[in-house]
Amino acid sequence: MSELLSIILTIMTAATPLLLAATGELVTERSGVLNLGVEGMMAVGAVSAFAVAFTTGNPYLGIVAAAAAGAALSIVFAILTLGMAANQVATGLALTLLGLGLSALMGEGFVGQPGVKLERIHIPGLSDIPLIGPVVFGQDVLVYFSFILAGATAYVLFRTRLGLTIRAVGDNHTSAHALGFGVNRVRLLCVMFGGACAGLGGGYLSLAYTPLWIENMVAGRGWIALALVVFASWMPWRVVVGAYLFGTVSILGFALQSKQLGIPPQLLNSLPYLVTILALVVISAGRTFNRSNTPACLGQSFVPDR
Amino acid sequence: MKKWLAISTILAGGLMVTTANAADKFKACWVYVGPVGDGGYTYQHDLGRKEVEKELGDKVETKYLENVAEGPDAERAIEHLAREKCQIIFTTSFGFMDATIKVAKKYPKIKFEHATGYKQADNVATYNARFYEGRYVMGQIAAKMSKTGKAGYIVSFPIPEVVMGINSFMRGAQSVNPDFKLSIIWVNSWFDPGKEADAAKVLLGQGADILTQHTDSPAAMKIAEEQGKLAFGQSSDMIAFGPKAQLTSNTDNWGPYYVQEVKAAMDGSWKSHDAWDGMAQGAVVLSPFTNMPDDVKAMAEKSVADIKSGALLPFGGVITKQDGSTVGEAGKSLSDKDLNSMNWYVKGIDDKLPQ
Repeated sequence: MSELLSIILTIMTAATPLLLAATGELVTERSGVLNLGVEGMMAVGAVSAFAVAFTTGNPYLGIVAAAAAGAALSIVFAILTLGMAANQVATGLALTLLGLGLSALMGEGFVGQPGVKLERIHIPGLSDIPLIGPVVFGQDVLVYFSFILAGATAYVLFRTRLGLTIRAVGDNHTSAHALGFGVNRVRLLCVMFGGACAGLGGGYLSLAYTPLWIENMVAGRGWIALALVVFASWMPWRVVVGAYLFGTVSILGFALQSKQLGIPPQLLNSLPYLVTILALVVISAGRTFNRSNTPACLGQSFVPDR
Repeated sequence: MKKWLAISTILAGGLMVTTANAADKFKACWVYVGPVGDGGYTYQHDLGRKEVEKELGDKVETKYLENVAEGPDAERAIEHLAREKCQIIFTTSFGFMDATIKVAKKYPKIKFEHATGYKQADNVATYNARFYEGRYVMGQIAAKMSKTGKAGYIVSFPIPEVVMGINSFMRGAQSVNPDFKLSIIWVNSWFDPGKEADAAKVLLGQGADILTQHTDSPAAMKIAEEQGKLAFGQSSDMIAFGPKAQLTSNTDNWGPYYVQEVKAAMDGSWKSHDAWDGMAQGAVVLSPFTNMPDDVKAMAEKSVADIKSGALLPFGGVITKQDGSTVGEAGKSLSDKDLNSMNWYVKGIDDKLPQ
């Protein structure tokens, strides 16, 4: 395998979990709910995917389990914040702790077990084209799905009535309620969507990225996904750019280290954070409508008065 | 509502704690940098703790805090254990050093033991194992087994412990193939399976065909297995993650040391010290040699025997540094002090040591 190809493939693997989790969180936040529990939901997604794939031998069932587990955990968050109007920031942080603890508990018997890898697709002929073949036609299903997810999210949010409803709920829940939309019902579905996507992101880690289960294997990717949403100013395609930029700079940093250019590795290792923030700030700067991108009701509970 | 939050937070238990209940038992405690389920470094320390429980039975009560971040959090965690009336506290990561010394000053009656550090006090001992001994043998095996003549080395932070490992590995490799090459990637983390896997893939893409690491997760082993390459395990036996990839693993065997120290603390004979045991004392054990031909295995076994008897010194004789200057003298090993402050590479390593 040529060095360039291996670098491109590694970048895609590094970007995919971030893209999945961030896109889900974007929809959640567009509906006005700030769920800081992404890290926890990813952890539970990762362990569920591993456990189901390992038990059944089928990685695709693992994917389903990851989404289901992420969504299930997000319902806990929804009950507290939507049902009981609890503070979203505090509940989200608690959800992260709960998810990490729960995943450690669930995964206890799976530490050190050989994982089931989500294999890359191989289309005879097409996948064998040098460079383009493996990159375009030889990825695993979740990589393709992450792009479809981003595209579909962009379409639904800005081109459909459903998207308009979600944004209305996120921008002004009182008016949306007055118009007859079920604010908390829409939010519940968006929270669950976000949970399922975070679960998938976690599942990608334990099925494709490093097909094994170890505690804390999410290692902060949930927080990076959260930051990507903000820096992408709640625009789906910018999340794609952000996730891939982050992946590219981190992997290139590794590749450059062994090239002996004399750049301190500490600097190279901090570059992904710096470059991603800088780039997304630059794309988001200067346009007045960006300010209005922030869902106006983000983080606020809605209690309908009867 | 508040109650719900409190309950879920407690359930979450970011810091999970085990306790046995009884007041008059001797209480020995551990602070871990990673999760006990990391399948590597912390897992091995926890095996040591379990051995203490098994050996000393109901005379002792043990407790641990896992996932404690190096830095300010560490001080809080250690102090928490001190207030919980732990009588001996083992802090198991280099980055806990200053926190350990600080807390130890406040609690002079409690005994502290800090792993891999160099600062002692009346109630603070340090302990480490001579992991570099195992790495020397791994370097020899790598040089014999590599087809490309190049190994990839995934490392965490440029501290003496890690630098010493790189140098020892390279000296072992050079003893077999003087032109052996090493590619080094610093991931700036002890435990991030994703990053470790990224680094592994990049190194293999750049032509290394054997991986070794000074980070804690089995991710690199898993990647080597997937790509049909070879790798060395770290801290614990990682054969489950690489049945066709693992050559051997440099395993930490802390149990005997922990039992000895807890016993000493119980009978009052404990004194501050700097313990540094190696293969000869059983603190460093290479797991079975696998996926290699018999002649390589025989060479490795002989090297292990020679290191144990002292006939082979990984840092013996005159050593040429990367900058061309020399250190050491014929027939003698570098002193422990030199090893513990090592901030230079041996000649032949094409990497600039981050300062």
